[in-house]
Amino acid sequence: MILRAEGLRKFYGKFCALDGVSLGVGAGEFVSIIGPNGAGKSTLINILTGVLRPSAGRVSFRGRDVGGIGPARLARLGMARSFQLVQIFPELTVLDTLQAAVVARLGRGTRLFASLARDRDVHAEALEVAELFGLGARRGVPARQLPQGDKKLLDVAAAFALRPHIILLDEPTSGVSTSDKTAIMEILVAASRRIGLQAIIQVEHDMDIVFAYSDRIIALHQGKVLADAPPAAIQADQRLIDTVIGRRVPSR
Amino acid sequence: MTARLVLGAAVVGVALAPLVAPTYHVLLMLPFMAYAVVLLGLNLLFGYAGLLSFGHALFIGIGAYAGAFLTGPLKVRSLEVILLAAGGLGALVAAPVAALCVRYVKIYFGMLTLAFGMVFYTFVLKFYRLTGGDEGLPFLRPALLGWSLEAMPKTDYLVGPYYYYSLAVLSVAALCMWRIVHSPFGLCLKTIRDNPAKAESLGIDVTRYRWLAFMLSAVYAAVGGALLGPPTGNVDPTLLYWTHSGNIVFMTLLGGFASFFGPVLGAFVFIYLQNWVMSVVPYWRLVFGAILAAIVIFAPGGLMGLAARRRRPMRVSGA
Repeated sequence: MILRAEGLRKFYGKFCALDGVSLGVGAGEFVSIIGPNGAGKSTLINILTGVLRPSAGRVSFRGRDVGGIGPARLARLGMARSFQLVQIFPELTVLDTLQAAVVARLGRGTRLFASLARDRDVHAEALEVAELFGLGARRGVPARQLPQGDKKLLDVAAAFALRPHIILLDEPTSGVSTSDKTAIMEILVAASRRIGLQAIIQVEHDMDIVFAYSDRIIALHQGKVLADAPPAAIQADQRLIDTVIGRRVPSR
Repeated sequence: MTARLVLGAAVVGVALAPLVAPTYHVLLMLPFMAYAVVLLGLNLLFGYAGLLSFGHALFIGIGAYAGAFLTGPLKVRSLEVILLAAGGLGALVAAPVAALCVRYVKIYFGMLTLAFGMVFYTFVLKFYRLTGGDEGLPFLRPALLGWSLEAMPKTDYLVGPYYYYSLAVLSVAALCMWRIVHSPFGLCLKTIRDNPAKAESLGIDVTRYRWLAFMLSAVYAAVGGALLGPPTGNVDPTLLYWTHSGNIVFMTLLGGFASFFGPVLGAFVFIYLQNWVMSVVPYWRLVFGAILAAIVIFAPGGLMGLAARRRRPMRVSGA
């Protein structure tokens, strides 16, 4: 197991957002977390990525207890994430955004007098990721000027530029047109293979995407794990589908 | 290309000023160069890391008082030693102050820096025996590169050796800062300014980088502060007062914080404008208040922003 969570509980005052969630993600897995609004998906992601400290339970990443150590240290340990609401550096170009990720990964951020422009390793790696995500032609464009779909891609690309062991994608295709969704997912899968990513966890509302790409699906409901099974098993359980998704999924 | 020509012309102009300009104007260039050093540092924190300090006069004061103590009671006259000591002392004081301040952002950061500035101001004002209270301390004439220059008339010293010494310090400070903002560290600061949560998710330790930026800016402010001493020959607590912090923020906004040389230009325009306005109306702060309001409303990018706006349409038509 690369990532394991045991008995996670999270209270906001008296409200229990997560009530004893346990899960594990192994090498080579693509795991989707699904559930209605308020099921605890965001809380779970924020605990797994170190933003929130759980009220109880523990999270271990590659055998190490990482509960509440903070996103920066987790990123350096090899866990990257992207955000539900697209997060970019508005004034930085595509290339600089990716270079920042590479600089952080290589631990070169405190080189005060080194020339970034002359750092060939950083430049080459950033460019490679830009090409991988189809952003190579726009490498000189400030992030704020990119179309929405490209902003989303850049957000994810920066996480990939960390060459992490595992990546957590919070709704990677939200806010993107239906026709672009599959394209984004194809880019993601190709990029994961290229950088040797060991596992992907995604939170996703689009069930077509979830069923098409996941090896395993974890269904959350009211802070509890309702199901943890391969897509076929989830699809077959109509009651579960009704509870978690609230609508019927056309059988394939 | 145009920018390089303008910069080259500016450097040549400043270098030739003592030979061609009236002494009065050459003397005004001395505080300009000292403030330019301060502002290069302040803008690393503001323009590049996104933190606006309202208390940097504290570090100007530390640099200036360090020089006064060294040249006076401690009998050290070497300006090289004074600048190193000023920078070192600035860093020493900044280390705990920065560690506390950078845990907060925006107005909370600004207020905390203001509070620390006022604490030190009060200390300097009240510890009369040590600091001379409101009268301050003399800043005796420092030796430059081992030359005492004690026998030279004061004005000759200031518009000659001291002028070029200040210009050299400013040039070295600008070159170092240029390297810093174009380094991997500079890039990380920009990510923090633009989106700290995203920067953190990339493994960038936001608090640590902010602390480092604060430290560097404090060292620059202290070195600039030490350069302010010799022209007046005296240092006093108004150097640490919060309005002085306000002045350097004003200079930054006037020139434009989004550009590397914007604050330097701001310092230049501020000093000449203040000198001119003070000579024609008694209430210079009133005039400056109106100018500040006009900048914020009509030209948030400062003078550099205006220059860029004028240039841009030409670029489009030329393309």
